[in-house]
Amino acid sequence: MNTDRAPAAPRDYSRFLERRSFIEMRARERARAVLDPGSFCELLGPFDRIKSPWLPLQGIIAQADDGVVLARGTLDGKPALVAAIESAFQGGSTGEVSGAKIAGALELACRDCEQGRPVLPVLLLETGGVRLQEANLGLAAIAEIHAAIVALRRHVPVVGVVAGMVGCFGGMSLAAALCSRLVVTRQARIGMNGPEVIEQEAGIAELDATDRALIWSLIGGEQRWAAGLADDLEDDDAETIAAAVRGAFASGTPPALPRTVLIERYRERLAAIDPRQPLDGKTLRILWNESP
Amino acid sequence: METIRLDYPAQHTIPRRAHVGVVGSGDLEVLLEPSQDNQAHVLVNTSVDGFGVAWKNVLDRFFARFQCAVSIEINDFGATPGTVMLRLEQAAEAARA
Repeated sequence: MNTDRAPAAPRDYSRFLERRSFIEMRARERARAVLDPGSFCELLGPFDRIKSPWLPLQGIIAQADDGVVLARGTLDGKPALVAAIESAFQGGSTGEVSGAKIAGALELACRDCEQGRPVLPVLLLETGGVRLQEANLGLAAIAEIHAAIVALRRHVPVVGVVAGMVGCFGGMSLAAALCSRLVVTRQARIGMNGPEVIEQEAGIAELDATDRALIWSLIGGEQRWAAGLADDLEDDDAETIAAAVRGAFASGTPPALPRTVLIERYRERLAAIDPRQPLDGKTLRILWNESP
Repeated sequence: METIRLDYPAQHTIPRRAHVGVVGSGDLEVLLEPSQDNQAHVLVNTSVDGFGVAWKNVLDRFFARFQCAVSIEINDFGATPGTVMLRLEQAAEAARA
């Protein structure tokens, strides 16, 4: 019997039991959970049937919203826009239509901001990256998303959330990096190439894609946060994540120097790494020393 | 990939439309909305070929009780008949709520 560990206060148990998993929610529920109660108003919803024209040509069933939920609503009473990616449909992959939905919404939010009507943008990212069946059209849409985030973040903070369990990969991991503030959970993963791709291309000696502890130690949410590549590390609880999103906007104007313009800082850091020495997650945390 | 169309007589109307489910592995998406001609129409897009009889059996059983004038579109990604019935009932419940 373990007698040397102090029992947790009953209050902690009740808080744990009252948690509502954000990870287990579908994209539409996530968007609702982030916005003020009752303010969710969907744009280009499933009944508008704006879906992929390319998937059926390849024998794949299309989804009526192409896997992206766009919603207007409010955050603490202020006009907001949420774009939530549905990871259960084609791994949350970004196609021509789903990508255009996100890019178009961000561009319209940017226009509103320029006309003195600020809109708070939130991206709930859960995606393997570009949809391979739509190739260059998906990549072009992702480039438009990147450009829209960069244009928009001059006016308002662009807040990204990567909750898991898919994570955020490929071109959309660059979209996550471009966000003014990034909220993650321990279950999240962020990276350019997913573990399976690395194992397939570089061999199992480079990375064993079945080694979950290793993968999360390299690209997991906590590691990304400790290395300064994410801003908030939160528990998998809808209320906590919604509060973190509000907190990210409450911090006021967007940071003057987003991570993605600190090119010299990251060049120096990369130059200081000796590729002949094995580098693990712990060593990177010490080298970059950003853990708050 | 296969498309199946089925029609059923109807006796009641529903007040609103409903959307449930996701086109994910072993799951399906149901779009249910009121129809204008006092009949029920079903359009099934499924990734699995050759199960027309199973689809008809599930939908016959559903409409034996549901009897509402609706247009239903199903986008299926290999759901079992049990899952299909649960999603249909979920959509019906959401439309009547």
